[in-house]
Amino acid sequence: MAELDIDAIAGSSWDGGAAPFATNTKKLGMWLFLLSDSLTFSTAILAYAYVRLSSANWPRPFEISPAILNATFLTFILLSSSLTMVMAVAAAHRNEIKKAVIYILLTAVGGIAFVVLHLMEWFRLFNEGVTPWANKWGDPLFGGTFFGLTGLHMLHVSIGVIYLCIIAFGFGRRKFNADHVEVSGLYWHFVDLVWMFIFPMVYLMSVNLKG
Amino acid sequence: MSAHDTTTAETHHSPTKKLFMWVWFWLLILTGVEVLLAYLRLEPHLMLILLVGLSLIKSALIVAYFMHLRFEKIGLFLVVVPTLVFCLTMILIFVFPDSMRIVHLHP
Repeated sequence: MAELDIDAIAGSSWDGGAAPFATNTKKLGMWLFLLSDSLTFSTAILAYAYVRLSSANWPRPFEISPAILNATFLTFILLSSSLTMVMAVAAAHRNEIKKAVIYILLTAVGGIAFVVLHLMEWFRLFNEGVTPWANKWGDPLFGGTFFGLTGLHMLHVSIGVIYLCIIAFGFGRRKFNADHVEVSGLYWHFVDLVWMFIFPMVYLMSVNLKG
Repeated sequence: MSAHDTTTAETHHSPTKKLFMWVWFWLLILTGVEVLLAYLRLEPHLMLILLVGLSLIKSALIVAYFMHLRFEKIGLFLVVVPTLVFCLTMILIFVFPDSMRIVHLHP
């Protein structure tokens, strides 16, 4: 595909024309996908809020330690992996291929750590009698919404890890250019962004009031 | 960073490494504030408002700096953000009053 010189085509800031977004098709496509994906997550979170509001015995089971501290650590991992992803994109645009690949792989390692720690928490909850269809603390929908929301997010993180590994491999072999790295970075930051809503809504709003 | 000086138009208005570190730092601070709110066990309505507010600030920081939207053309912003706000407003207006009504049906 012939690369257009976007800066040359789109001169002024709001004139439409041949390249109204002054960006390549990959990036615009990813932004539009993220727009639709954010609606998916928004409706999932709103559905959670809906059933929670209309439930008579919604539990607030999470203690500060270990559940909230564990989730805070997960937040720290995701935010830090976003930082390494930003560094990867910057290195890719400077054409420092080795550095960019290392930063992308570091980001993927952060994603793997997130999934592993999150799955350990899931299994702790299974052992305590909370599953997607049952909840011994109260409304069974608590289990459904909790595992639905965090599972949908975990699926995104897992896909992101695979995506990043492919990008790292392809960029290292010079099959992909810096734009590919930047677009994969957009996806990764979005996964981080979604967690910024799931963490307070699912965990912090469910902190045990008796403490 | 000598390599930075020789970059082309593609990155000439890009933010620096230091700015990214600051954004990351502030995201961590805001997360800490959220956890502190949970620790204080505020009244749920107040807590929800504060948490949603802080989350919106955090996501704005991520979108503007990490996802680079602040440095893109205004057209991309106009495609993405108002669309999302409109859709979410529609969902809130047409769905939420219903769940509030159900609350009052409980004994």
